[in-house]
Amino acid sequence: MTEKNILIEKLDVNTIRKDFPILQREVNGQPLVYLDNAATSQTPQQVIDAIVDYYQNYNANIHRGVHTLSQEATDAYEAARQKIQKHFNIAYPYEVIFTSGTTDSINLVANGFTSFLKEGDEVLVSAMEHHSNIVPWQMLCERTGATLKVIPMNLEGELVMEGYYNLLSDKTKLVFCNHVSNALGTINPIKEIIDAAHKVGAAVLVDGAQAAAHIKADLQALDVDFYTVSAHKMCGPTGVGMLYGKEEWLKKLPPYQGGGEMIAEVTFEKTTYADLPHKFEAGTPNICGGIAFGAALDYMNSIGFDAIAQYEDELVEYATEQLLTIDGLKIYGTAAHKTSVISFNIEGIHPYDIGTIVDKLGIAVRTGHHCAQPIMDFYKIPGTVRASFSFYNNKEEVDKLVEAVKRARNMLQ
Amino acid sequence: MTIKEIQEEIIDEFSMFDDWMQRYEYMIELGKSLPLIEEQYKTDDNLIKGCQSKVWVHAELDGDRLVFTADSDAIITKGIIAILVRAFSNQKPQDIIDADTGFIDEIGLKEHLSPTRANGLVSMIKQLKLYAVAYQTQLK
Repeated sequence: MTEKNILIEKLDVNTIRKDFPILQREVNGQPLVYLDNAATSQTPQQVIDAIVDYYQNYNANIHRGVHTLSQEATDAYEAARQKIQKHFNIAYPYEVIFTSGTTDSINLVANGFTSFLKEGDEVLVSAMEHHSNIVPWQMLCERTGATLKVIPMNLEGELVMEGYYNLLSDKTKLVFCNHVSNALGTINPIKEIIDAAHKVGAAVLVDGAQAAAHIKADLQALDVDFYTVSAHKMCGPTGVGMLYGKEEWLKKLPPYQGGGEMIAEVTFEKTTYADLPHKFEAGTPNICGGIAFGAALDYMNSIGFDAIAQYEDELVEYATEQLLTIDGLKIYGTAAHKTSVISFNIEGIHPYDIGTIVDKLGIAVRTGHHCAQPIMDFYKIPGTVRASFSFYNNKEEVDKLVEAVKRARNMLQ
Repeated sequence: MTIKEIQEEIIDEFSMFDDWMQRYEYMIELGKSLPLIEEQYKTDDNLIKGCQSKVWVHAELDGDRLVFTADSDAIITKGIIAILVRAFSNQKPQDIIDADTGFIDEIGLKEHLSPTRANGLVSMIKQLKLYAVAYQTQLK
């Protein structure tokens, strides 16, 4: 055990589980075992309370009103922005753009880059991206004539860095990579990727959707140009997320959507745009969602990301060991650095069949291609069963999963 | 037998089971006895859209009756399509078009009926009925 580990206060999972009302419910007559955290995380009472408090006590439109409710709502919303800024160690609050989530954040950047790219430019994307970090860039390349190239991966589910260095050149303008793969759990070496891209003058967008619940990223230390997060993957509500962009980039990018909030002056001849961050926040935002996002960060920080990481690593290690005792079970994604996700199949059985049976036993896992079809094509499989873990899962739940998968295998073989 | 009679027979068979596990085990058995689609018909054109697993269905006329064959790469889905093939195959297209599908609910597969569910039971029924509509037009 390292010195650092000794200093981390142990996470008390039994107390934590009491914060999540949904964990008390039953599914198909069985206590719910929720192992689909990579799709969306559950919501603690503290965040639910923040949502209820907003609608019960200070629901109002923000930024424009002079009345008390509007000012209270504005203060709470902007306080949430500052919480996000502090959490990700971002230099200025106006570098935090509220969006509807990671997909929205990525599309904002992809649209903004349309006027910066031309034929002959190259855009690199990793082989293990979620569709939301592939399709917007394909569309960008179609609009601009730039070429999309793929950073290769190996059978363990790690990016082949040599392949990446070979692709980098002065033609490279943008690089996209997820921090953690949603389908495989691989933690990508994003610092190395960012530094190498900067050497050839390329900007880097890191999709942090899958990482944010497990790793507290220091965005200034990473020196990343753009970083995206969805609140609903880290104990917050759906429909809200953030785009971090370096000030210099956000100033250069044109506005994404026109509307109220994002303007300074409007005449029929010309409109001047508002300063950051409002330039990118047209219309009435998801005010309650933003505030609840802040509450979710408060909640997770009260537990501590070091404690969360240590606990989840132990849990995933235990789950990996236990699952591998099942005959014919194969895990996809065996990177040396991985977190929170175990993607697997059992020889001769379709992942959909396993998912159906374990659901009947009260266990929520994901089956299918996990919005990452290129990865499934790479392994030549139709999909996987994916169990994804959070700090509120425990070893008893892992045991139930293993038992359920064994039963499914016996039924299906 | 009419579609209705076959459906009642299936309901009878499923009523013998006390729990979901037995029902699923039986469904898997039914899947194994499915009249399999010939390899040449396992084409993308015959794939049913909206299923997480692959389901192929082929239809052809035998006199005035429509005969279905099918297959799936997932065994539970294969069981579901086997039940549908048993209920609707070898019937007149118009009877297939008019047939009620409430028996799915009665055999405890209601959860598969949600249109958003990835296994696409709804898509399967729709596809069988579409075949019936197409062949009904041809018969006329």
